[in-house]
Amino acid sequence: MTALLEVRALRVSFPATAGELRPVDGVEFTVSRGEFLALVGESGAGKSLTGLALLRLVPPPGRIERGSSLRLDGKDLLTLDSDELRRVRGGRIAMVFQDPGTSLNPVLRVGDQIVETIRAHSAKSAREARGRAEALLTEVGLGDAEGCYHSYPHQLSGGMRQRVMIAIALAAEPQLLIADEPTSALDVTVQAQILELLDDLRTRHGMAVLLVTHDLGVVAERADRVAVMYAGRIVEEAPTARLFAAPAHPYTAELLASLPRLRGPRAPLRSIPGAMPTPADWPTGCRFRPRCPRAFSPCTDDPPITSLGGGHQVRCWLAAPDSQAAP
Amino acid sequence: MTEPLLSVEALVKHYPPHGLLKRRGPVRAVDGVSFQVAQGETLAIVGESGSGKSTLARVLLRLEPATGGRIVFDGTDISTLDRTALRALRRRMQIVFQDPSSALNPRMTIGDAIAEGLEIHRLVPRSEIRGRVDSLMNEVGLDASRADRLPREFSGGQKQRVGIARALAVGPSFLVLDEPVSSLDVSVQAQVLNLLLELQRSRGLAYLFIAHDLAVVRQVAHRIAVMYLGQIVETGATEALVAEPRHPYTQALISAAPEPDPSVRESRIILAGEPPSPSAPPTGCRFHPRCFHPARDARCFEEAPQLRPVGASLVACHHAGTTR
Repeated sequence: MTALLEVRALRVSFPATAGELRPVDGVEFTVSRGEFLALVGESGAGKSLTGLALLRLVPPPGRIERGSSLRLDGKDLLTLDSDELRRVRGGRIAMVFQDPGTSLNPVLRVGDQIVETIRAHSAKSAREARGRAEALLTEVGLGDAEGCYHSYPHQLSGGMRQRVMIAIALAAEPQLLIADEPTSALDVTVQAQILELLDDLRTRHGMAVLLVTHDLGVVAERADRVAVMYAGRIVEEAPTARLFAAPAHPYTAELLASLPRLRGPRAPLRSIPGAMPTPADWPTGCRFRPRCPRAFSPCTDDPPITSLGGGHQVRCWLAAPDSQAAP
Repeated sequence: MTEPLLSVEALVKHYPPHGLLKRRGPVRAVDGVSFQVAQGETLAIVGESGSGKSTLARVLLRLEPATGGRIVFDGTDISTLDRTALRALRRRMQIVFQDPSSALNPRMTIGDAIAEGLEIHRLVPRSEIRGRVDSLMNEVGLDASRADRLPREFSGGQKQRVGIARALAVGPSFLVLDEPVSSLDVSVQAQVLNLLLELQRSRGLAYLFIAHDLAVVRQVAHRIAVMYLGQIVETGATEALVAEPRHPYTQALISAAPEPDPSVRESRIILAGEPPSPSAPPTGCRFHPRCFHPARDARCFEEAPQLRPVGASLVACHHAGTTR
């Protein structure tokens, strides 16, 4: 598998009264063709902003810093002109957001919104586009595609609206679908349906999925690989089974221990003291240090990224080869 | 069991149809719910959106009048109390809301917010208020030296601690916790859940814990009641209900909850569709249009099932406990 998307040294900054804030600070990862990668983090980790940056949708006055690199199929996304960019957005890379209610135009019929996207990215006639829109609605599991086509967004339930958003995202047959908390606003039973659908579509179309989420349960179930973000950086990345069985970063380990579970014996929850710092007061060295139960003297310096083999990487001094002083 | 602290009998809350919806019936948000909560006990009410769980909380606290049924708190029927008596009651029953940011006045210091209840109910002399606020802040794990700060200087988890301190200020014996951790990140969520457990032990509090997340509920509840479209469909001791859910809806709810463990790859029950509207609930068993029970039959369409003992729980299903 070759890399479909390659992200290197991604930095996003915002001007602030005291200098610049950098909520995304040196993020690196790759997504292979057809792969399901999860970008996991708590609020303020920078995961959503990372997702937006991939489509150059960082809200102003924020900007992607010079020196960042985003490559899709080897092509530099940061040097595209606005026409090329428009073809990539919704074309080769599509995005689905958390709240399907606000992403749809309330005064346009659902079908027309899909047709609009299809025609923006292909030379199809109105008639062909219409047929395709109905096929897409059927494909995302909206049984009554004809009825749906003529509905306004408010006439649909939350789960149905999210299916419509996915249909729109699929319209131009993207190679990469970025889904930012696509099920967080939905009930558990509906969430399960949508996740099943996403996984299905990936298998059928061979498109890659980048799932941005806070929910480790969802990740465990669907992702091939997981990248864990904390305070603007990826602190650990591993194949899913490995990350859950043998987390190497204390943040990942503590996060897993603080999750309430339904299966297995009930155990008291561990909690991580404090809260994630904001970009204005990121600690020097390892950013998890003030909350870390295993912090030791080297942690006041920036930890290097250490490869543990098998695609498992961690940004922590405990894993660094020359640090035998671990307590 | 000794006399329950709270006893709810056949509680009903309907909202009359209005505007464009006039042609439909009333919204049956809570439709005949009964349960009891003992002193020092946690009962969790679990349900998805539209199940009526938050309406239930509002009616219990008399923030809205009930349409029918009885609410007995510590031996007194509170569904008919006048304003003075209601005020006295509010000292004993308090609520903690989901979103700590919108529950706090952004221009009022944290200390004043916590002191508000003490002042309204004239519980301590003015000179002692500050001392009481300090000790409440310590009790919920906040640095008392920050009492003069505004809410915006506190994180989400800290604000929820303030919400809890505010509720505790008047010395209640019963707290309604309406999704108290669902807006918090997991690492912080665990802090708040552990705090609630500690406070229950130290103060002997009873909780009605309203939530959509069964895994969270399992950490804190002694008993669970599962709601679907305004009614309780299953209730029982936490571990028994989680290990052996008997109602098809409870089974689906547990099965659909994503488990943070990739080695668990059991086949999921994925329900079709979404819950119907509470203004036009299905006939018979309200769950029948989404039900997958193999013995589902005409009776489910016609006759509403009542709660009955199945295994260690009470279940409202004609066919729970049978496999065919």
